[in-house]
Amino acid sequence: MTYRTTFEKRPTLKDSLRRVGRGERVVREVEALKNVSFDLPRSRVLGIVGNNGAGKTTLVRAMSGILPPTEGRIEIRGRVSTLLALGVGFNTKLSGYENIMLGGLAVGYSRAEVEEKTDEIAEWTELGDFLDMPMTTYSSGMSARLAFAVAVHMEPDILIVDEALSTGDASFKAKAHEKMNSLLAEAHTMVLVSHALATVEELCTDAIWLEKGELKMYGPPGEVIEAYNASTGVDPAAVTTMQDF
Amino acid sequence: MAKAAIDVKTVADDDEFRGTFHVYEPYRAGLPRNFSGYLKELWRRREFMNEMTRANVRANQLDTLFGRLWNVINPLLMGLVYLLLVLILARGATIPNYFVYLLAGLFIFDVLETSMSQGAKSVTSAGKMVTNTAFPKALLPLSAVRGALAELWPSLIVLVVAALVFGVRPQLTWLLTIPILVLLTVFCAGLAMLVATMQVYFRDTRSFLPYFMRLWFFASPVLWAADQLPKSGDFLRYLNPMFDFVATWSDAIVYGEWPNPQVWLVMSGWALVALILGGYVFLSRERDFAVRI
Repeated sequence: MTYRTTFEKRPTLKDSLRRVGRGERVVREVEALKNVSFDLPRSRVLGIVGNNGAGKTTLVRAMSGILPPTEGRIEIRGRVSTLLALGVGFNTKLSGYENIMLGGLAVGYSRAEVEEKTDEIAEWTELGDFLDMPMTTYSSGMSARLAFAVAVHMEPDILIVDEALSTGDASFKAKAHEKMNSLLAEAHTMVLVSHALATVEELCTDAIWLEKGELKMYGPPGEVIEAYNASTGVDPAAVTTMQDF
Repeated sequence: MAKAAIDVKTVADDDEFRGTFHVYEPYRAGLPRNFSGYLKELWRRREFMNEMTRANVRANQLDTLFGRLWNVINPLLMGLVYLLLVLILARGATIPNYFVYLLAGLFIFDVLETSMSQGAKSVTSAGKMVTNTAFPKALLPLSAVRGALAELWPSLIVLVVAALVFGVRPQLTWLLTIPILVLLTVFCAGLAMLVATMQVYFRDTRSFLPYFMRLWFFASPVLWAADQLPKSGDFLRYLNPMFDFVATWSDAIVYGEWPNPQVWLVMSGWALVALILGGYVFLSRERDFAVRI
């Protein structure tokens, strides 16, 4: 599995259809990513760090095939399962079980395949009776559990997780780490976007630091995070304590 | 990288959503590169479309007292409201079996109306699903059309009961409803994809749509009969795609009339034009949707 992201930018986040005055349109182009290029070999874990708006989410969306790049080329070898930006968010009026079905079918599984996995997913979430209730009754942590469970049980070769673990409680985080480690043991590849730098340092084998859409650094997580912290001027100790929240 | 090149060949028929080798290169506009692969994937994921339709129906009826009964209450109320309207205006009284005629027209036109209104919001309201998952997005407007058809079945039961009560006997021409519905579905699918795309770029679409649909409704032979059309309104026969759909449908159900064979050609033509236009617009823009939602 190789990611070859070469010279890619996205000037398409157009703040469009903001019609001002006499029906004029305001169109702004955002270059979310510029000249980002890297390879990620199989069964590695890539952590992506950077400030808000650095282009992390755009990068993983491009890698998942949701946004085609405006320039460059992305090669992905393997089936991708994505867990992007807080919750699968299918239909919150429906129950957890129904959302599992909808989520699985959306990714391209057949009804029978999803049914087969449903028990396993349900058990993993530990949500019990809540799975029969509409998702509007779920807390954000509970939705995160469900979304994570659906994503990891889809047997992806590559799992892409975008800040999806931040709302979970301690036991969920521990469980999520354990699940990710077992996926790793089966030679899966993972991409992790996170502001929890300790998590990145602990789980990842490689790290990328994005700043304003540009690839600032690619290397071992320890070094990248150190450089990133130095640039933000934030005391790493303060960051570590913040992660407990 | 030499090995990579070999791999590409062996998995060349992999499509863009499934499979294990993906290459994403710039292409915002234009039809999917692997068109037959796209269609295959669309077909393969029809289960998702069905589930999506069911989910939307369930979600809409979740907090209602009558729940699924609304499937029957809705068409009945709709018929009564228009019956009242027309009785007051006293125009339709000359049409034989007016109530049955009215119901037949209302129900088929409602398929179009629901397809359009649900289709228009199908992509924009899918929100996170579009920004978080790579899948053929044409499933969204198609699922809206499927929902419109699902709503039709209970209405048809109401229609059959009303027909029997008011003395319209079942006849062979009732079978014509099947090919008419098939063609109408194709027509609606095309238009649903068209309005769904328009809604993504131009959010005012949904606000204009009800008025447009009202106009279209009055221009179709639902409240009035096709042969009541004055000479000056003759252009509607040619310019309104729904004219033949509604007229053929109602005549077949209420009066047992076999349509003029060329009507089939006209309906097929409209259906095909709508499908090609809507399909082209939607498929060539869908990869741009994620940044606009």
